[in-house]
Amino acid sequence: MSRSSRKGPYCDAKLLEKIKTLNRSGEKVVIKTWSRASTILPQMIGHTIGVHDGRRHVPIFITENMVGHKLGEFSMTRTFRGHVSKAQVTVQARKKR
Amino acid sequence: MARIAGVDIPRDKKVGISLQHIYGIGPSLSRRVLSSSSVNPDIKVKDLSEEEISRIREVIDKEYKVEGELRKEVNLNIKRLIEIGSYRGIRSRRNLPVRGQRTRTNARTKRGLRKTVAGRGQRRGMTKK
Repeated sequence: MSRSSRKGPYCDAKLLEKIKTLNRSGEKVVIKTWSRASTILPQMIGHTIGVHDGRRHVPIFITENMVGHKLGEFSMTRTFRGHVSKAQVTVQARKKR
Repeated sequence: MARIAGVDIPRDKKVGISLQHIYGIGPSLSRRVLSSSSVNPDIKVKDLSEEEISRIREVIDKEYKVEGELRKEVNLNIKRLIEIGSYRGIRSRRNLPVRGQRTRTNARTKRGLRKTVAGRGQRRGMTKK
Protein backbone atom coordinates (compact mmCIF):
# COMPACT_ATOMS: atom_id res chain seq x y z
CA MET A 1 0.00 0.00 0.00
CA SER A 2 2.26 2.75 1.15
CA ARG A 3 5.50 3.84 -0.35
CA SER A 4 8.78 2.53 0.96
CA SER A 5 10.21 4.91 3.52
CA ARG A 6 13.65 4.30 2.07
CA LYS A 7 12.65 6.32 -0.98
CA GLY A 8 11.28 9.27 0.91
CA PRO A 9 8.17 11.18 -0.10
CA TYR A 10 7.44 11.55 -3.79
CA CYS A 11 7.54 15.01 -5.24
CA ASP A 12 7.86 16.14 -8.82
CA ALA A 13 11.51 17.08 -9.38
CA LYS A 14 10.77 20.12 -11.51
CA LEU A 15 8.28 21.44 -9.00
CA LEU A 16 10.82 21.07 -6.24
CA GLU A 17 13.40 22.89 -8.30
CA LYS A 18 11.04 25.81 -8.77
CA ILE A 19 10.29 25.93 -5.07
CA LYS A 20 13.96 25.98 -4.28
CA THR A 21 14.63 28.95 -6.51
CA LEU A 22 11.66 30.75 -5.03
CA ASN A 23 12.91 30.09 -1.55
CA ARG A 24 16.33 31.42 -2.42
CA SER A 25 14.95 34.65 -3.87
CA GLY A 26 11.85 36.43 -2.61
CA GLU A 27 8.70 34.39 -2.95
CA LYS A 28 5.15 35.11 -4.15
CA VAL A 29 4.62 33.62 -7.53
CA VAL A 30 1.91 31.08 -8.26
CA ILE A 31 3.65 27.98 -9.48
CA LYS A 32 1.54 26.05 -11.93
CA THR A 33 1.82 22.30 -11.82
CA TRP A 34 0.10 19.24 -13.18
CA SER A 35 1.68 17.02 -10.60
CA ARG A 36 -1.24 16.27 -8.33
CA ALA A 37 0.49 13.20 -6.97
CA SER A 38 3.30 15.21 -5.38
CA THR A 39 3.50 15.20 -1.63
CA ILE A 40 3.37 18.56 0.09
CA LEU A 41 6.74 19.09 1.72
CA PRO A 42 7.71 21.51 4.49
CA GLN A 43 9.64 23.65 1.98
CA MET A 44 6.38 24.55 0.26
CA ILE A 45 4.78 26.20 3.27
CA GLY A 46 3.72 29.74 2.46
CA HIS A 47 3.77 29.30 -1.29
CA THR A 48 0.77 29.31 -3.52
CA ILE A 49 0.68 26.46 -5.98
CA GLY A 50 -1.67 26.22 -8.90
CA VAL A 51 -2.72 22.59 -8.99
CA HIS A 52 -4.31 21.40 -12.21
CA ASP A 53 -7.80 19.99 -11.84
CA GLY A 54 -8.09 18.91 -15.47
CA ARG A 55 -9.36 22.29 -16.62
CA ARG A 56 -7.48 25.02 -14.82
CA HIS A 57 -4.86 25.52 -12.15
CA VAL A 58 -6.54 25.93 -8.79
CA PRO A 59 -4.43 28.21 -6.61
CA ILE A 60 -3.74 26.59 -3.28
CA PHE A 61 -2.03 28.33 -0.42
CA ILE A 62 0.06 25.80 1.44
CA THR A 63 -0.21 25.90 5.22
CA GLU A 64 1.66 23.99 7.82
CA ASN A 65 -0.85 21.26 8.50
CA MET A 66 -1.18 20.36 4.84
CA VAL A 67 2.28 18.82 4.94
CA GLY A 68 2.21 15.13 4.14
CA HIS A 69 -0.90 15.32 1.98
CA LYS A 70 -0.82 15.24 -1.79
CA LEU A 71 -1.40 18.33 -3.88
CA GLY A 72 -4.33 16.74 -5.67
CA GLU A 73 -6.32 16.43 -2.47
CA PHE A 74 -6.91 20.15 -2.53
CA SER A 75 -8.04 20.76 -6.07
CA MET A 76 -11.32 19.11 -6.86
CA THR A 77 -11.72 17.43 -10.22
CA ARG A 78 -15.48 17.20 -10.15
CA THR A 79 -18.14 19.85 -10.09
CA PHE A 80 -21.40 18.83 -8.52
CA ARG A 81 -24.15 21.36 -8.91
CA GLY A 82 -26.90 19.30 -7.33
CA HIS A 83 -29.46 17.07 -8.86
CA VAL A 84 -32.10 18.36 -11.27
CA SER A 85 -35.59 18.40 -9.90
CA LYS A 86 -38.30 16.42 -11.67
CA ALA A 87 -40.03 19.58 -12.90
CA GLN A 88 -36.90 20.73 -14.68
CA VAL A 89 -36.39 17.35 -16.31
CA THR A 90 -39.81 17.42 -17.92
CA VAL A 91 -39.25 20.98 -19.11
CA GLN A 92 -35.99 19.96 -20.75
CA ALA A 93 -37.63 16.97 -22.38
CA ARG A 94 -40.31 19.21 -23.85
CA LYS A 95 -37.74 21.66 -25.20
CA LYS A 96 -36.01 18.90 -27.10
CA ARG A 97 -39.10 18.12 -29.04
CA MET B 1 -17.86 -3.54 39.70
CA ALA B 2 -14.75 -3.61 37.59
CA ARG B 3 -14.26 -0.06 36.52
CA ILE B 4 -11.43 0.39 34.05
CA ALA B 5 -10.62 3.52 32.09
CA GLY B 6 -13.61 5.54 33.21
CA VAL B 7 -17.04 4.13 32.64
CA ASP B 8 -16.82 0.61 31.35
CA ILE B 9 -18.06 -2.14 33.65
CA PRO B 10 -17.97 -5.37 31.64
CA ARG B 11 -18.57 -8.40 33.89
CA ASP B 12 -19.44 -12.08 33.56
CA LYS B 13 -17.10 -12.35 30.59
CA LYS B 14 -13.52 -13.37 30.15
CA VAL B 15 -11.18 -10.43 30.64
CA GLY B 16 -9.78 -10.75 27.15
CA ILE B 17 -13.23 -10.19 25.69
CA SER B 18 -14.53 -7.82 28.25
CA LEU B 19 -11.69 -5.35 27.84
CA GLN B 20 -12.81 -4.91 24.25
CA HIS B 21 -15.88 -3.11 25.51
CA ILE B 22 -13.62 -0.15 26.10
CA TYR B 23 -13.53 2.22 23.13
CA GLY B 24 -10.10 1.93 21.57
CA ILE B 25 -9.31 -1.59 22.72
CA GLY B 26 -9.80 -4.39 20.26
CA PRO B 27 -8.67 -8.00 20.17
CA SER B 28 -4.97 -7.35 19.73
CA LEU B 29 -4.70 -4.45 22.16
CA SER B 30 -6.60 -6.40 24.77
CA ARG B 31 -4.18 -9.27 24.39
CA ARG B 32 -1.23 -6.92 24.68
CA VAL B 33 -2.58 -5.21 27.78
CA LEU B 34 -3.17 -8.51 29.51
CA SER B 35 0.22 -9.92 28.70
CA SER B 36 2.06 -6.82 29.86
CA SER B 37 0.06 -6.83 33.10
CA SER B 38 0.51 -10.62 33.29
CA VAL B 39 -3.16 -11.51 33.71
CA ASN B 40 -4.62 -14.67 32.24
CA PRO B 41 -7.11 -13.53 29.55
CA ASP B 42 -9.37 -16.55 30.15
CA ILE B 43 -10.39 -15.61 33.68
CA LYS B 44 -13.84 -14.08 34.08
CA VAL B 45 -13.84 -10.47 35.21
CA LYS B 46 -15.76 -11.24 38.38
CA ASP B 47 -13.06 -13.72 39.40
CA LEU B 48 -10.25 -11.20 39.07
CA SER B 49 -8.51 -10.08 42.21
CA GLU B 50 -8.55 -6.40 43.08
CA GLU B 51 -4.82 -6.33 42.59
CA GLU B 52 -5.04 -7.74 39.05
CA ILE B 53 -7.66 -5.18 38.10
CA SER B 54 -5.53 -2.34 39.32
CA ARG B 55 -2.62 -3.73 37.31
CA ILE B 56 -4.69 -3.74 34.14
CA ARG B 57 -5.94 -0.26 34.92
CA GLU B 58 -2.42 0.98 35.35
CA VAL B 59 -1.21 -0.39 32.02
CA ILE B 60 -4.13 1.11 30.13
CA ASP B 61 -3.89 4.49 31.82
CA LYS B 62 -0.21 4.71 31.23
CA GLU B 63 0.28 3.43 27.74
CA TYR B 64 -2.86 3.69 25.69
CA LYS B 65 -5.25 6.36 24.57
CA VAL B 66 -8.80 5.17 25.11
CA GLU B 67 -12.36 6.44 25.42
CA GLY B 68 -12.82 10.21 25.55
CA GLU B 69 -9.26 11.07 24.83
CA LEU B 70 -9.17 8.85 21.77
CA ARG B 71 -12.53 10.11 20.55
CA LYS B 72 -11.26 13.63 20.87
CA GLU B 73 -8.18 12.82 18.86
CA VAL B 74 -10.20 11.25 16.07
CA ASN B 75 -12.51 14.24 15.94
CA LEU B 76 -9.60 16.62 15.82
CA ASN B 77 -8.12 14.71 12.92
CA ILE B 78 -11.35 14.97 10.99
CA LYS B 79 -11.63 18.63 11.86
CA ARG B 80 -8.14 19.21 10.56
CA LEU B 81 -9.03 17.60 7.25
CA ILE B 82 -12.06 19.86 6.99
CA GLU B 83 -10.10 22.97 7.84
CA ILE B 84 -7.36 22.51 5.28
CA GLY B 85 -9.96 21.96 2.60
CA SER B 86 -8.78 18.55 1.51
CA TYR B 87 -10.94 16.15 -0.44
CA ARG B 88 -11.46 13.92 2.58
CA GLY B 89 -12.51 16.92 4.63
CA ILE B 90 -15.05 17.98 2.07
CA ARG B 91 -16.48 14.47 1.92
CA SER B 92 -16.76 14.42 5.70
CA ARG B 93 -18.51 17.75 5.70
CA ARG B 94 -20.99 16.62 3.07
CA ASN B 95 -21.60 13.42 5.02
CA LEU B 96 -20.51 11.25 2.14
CA PRO B 97 -18.12 8.29 2.16
CA VAL B 98 -14.53 9.46 2.40
CA ARG B 99 -12.59 6.55 0.98
CA GLY B 100 -13.80 6.49 -2.59
CA GLN B 101 -16.74 4.14 -2.24
CA ARG B 102 -19.55 4.31 -4.73
CA THR B 103 -22.52 6.50 -3.95
CA ARG B 104 -24.81 5.59 -6.81
CA THR B 105 -26.19 2.89 -4.58
CA ASN B 106 -25.41 1.90 -1.02
CA ALA B 107 -23.30 4.18 1.21
CA ARG B 108 -26.28 4.05 3.52
CA THR B 109 -24.29 3.98 6.76
CA LYS B 110 -22.79 7.33 6.00
CA ARG B 111 -25.73 8.95 4.26
CA GLY B 112 -28.39 7.76 6.64
CA LEU B 113 -31.83 6.62 5.74
CA ARG B 114 -33.08 6.79 2.22
CA LYS B 115 -34.20 10.22 1.07
CA THR B 116 -36.23 10.44 -2.09
CA VAL B 117 -34.43 12.37 -4.80
CA ALA B 118 -36.44 13.68 -7.72
CA GLY B 119 -35.89 11.90 -11.00
CA ARG B 120 -34.30 8.93 -9.33
CA GLY B 121 -37.03 6.52 -10.47
CA GLN B 122 -36.41 3.45 -12.62
CA ARG B 123 -32.77 3.89 -13.50
CA ARG B 124 -29.91 1.49 -13.52
CA GLY B 125 -28.49 0.72 -10.12
CA MET B 126 -31.80 1.09 -8.42
CA THR B 127 -33.64 -1.40 -10.65
CA LYS B 128 -31.38 -4.24 -9.67
CA LYS B 129 -32.58 -5.86 -6.48
